Amino acid sequence: MRVFLAITLLILGASSALAASEADFKAAYASAEAAEKEAGTLRNQWLPTETALAAAKKAAASGDFDAATAQAKEAEALAKASIFQATSEKERWKDMEIH
Amino acid sequence: MKARFAIGLVLAALTALSMSAPLTRATETVDPVADAKAFRDYFVKKFPKVKLEDFVNGPYSMNEDMRKQWEEKEEFPPYEFALDAGKEMFAKPFKNGKTYADCFPNGGIGIRQNYPYFDEKEGKVVTLELALNRCREANGEAPVSYVKDDMASLTAYMAFTSRGKPMDIKIPNDRRALEAYENGKRYFYTRRGQLNFACANCHVQSPGERLRAEILAPALGILNAMPIYRSEWAGMGTISRRFVTCNSQTRAVPLEPQSDEYRDLEYYLSYVSNGLPISGPGARP
Repeated sequence: MRVFLAITLLILGASSALAASEADFKAAYASAEAAEKEAGTLRNQWLPTETALAAAKKAAASGDFDAATAQAKEAEALAKASIFQATSEKERWKDMEIH
Repeated sequence: MKARFAIGLVLAALTALSMSAPLTRATETVDPVADAKAFRDYFVKKFPKVKLEDFVNGPYSMNEDMRKQWEEKEEFPPYEFALDAGKEMFAKPFKNGKTYADCFPNGGIGIRQNYPYFDEKEGKVVTLELALNRCREANGEAPVSYVKDDMASLTAYMAFTSRGKPMDIKIPNDRRALEAYENGKRYFYTRRGQLNFACANCHVQSPGERLRAEILAPALGILNAMPIYRSEWAGMGTISRRFVTCNSQTRAVPLEPQSDEYRDLEYYLSYVSNGLPISGPGARP
């Protein structure tokens, strides 16, 4: 009985530690937004990044900070990929050129 | 005192040189004439059965079945309404009594093949769509959308008056014009969007191939047929609309119509199609 209680308490404690807070969302969203802004200065934003940012905001507005944070992190990953693409294409475009 | 002044002058000259050097280096290797020849040779070699002037007919030059359907459609072309509307709009005076004809050489008739051009005063590329809106604004009218029917109708009419005339885009002896050309070329070959596609992936590497239900058009002469009626859009589309849609299809956020990048892209694509006839307005599936 004691063991069962201890395990239950442990699981409850762990899940509350994993749940994202509003602060987590705000931090994740700020990072994603900054990366997307950088992609914008490179004139290379992606539509899925915009979609993920909008989904993050919507989830946060409904109080689902787990989903909101996950979407914001997804947006940041996409934005960083678009930055990588723009940077690597600075010279690589020449590989495809007809000569 | 004189020595200090001289050192200052030398330093200023060196600074100016170092600022202009990258631009000079970037443009001195640009050879649009050689590019255009290589571009044309590539397509002619890839499609030896297609006549040079037929590339402007896009997928119909690559697929016999589609060509037959198109030839039948051309008896009652789907762009005809736009053509009539464009002719009417073109002739209708603005509130100040002037018309579009007052803004263009030769009254705007038979000049499509000269657009886009490089405006040395502005230092930028001017497309036909941009010139039309500038004409409206200069005469006190609000600009029309670059991606909607009015602009498509106007450009359809102007293209129609140029049908058969060879594309004739000039690159003046101006470093900025070469830069614009090179920027357009870079845009054309640069992969973008989540799908990691460049314009060239579809229109250089894969013309004649299917992309889902579509047959991809060759880049050579691709703008000569613009604007186009697209069955997929159930309406007319301008060059701006085409660029915006292409970007969206690769899951890239499209740029604003008539942004510098799109203007330069149009300049590049038109230049490498010099000599091929204007066939717009066109119709595509």
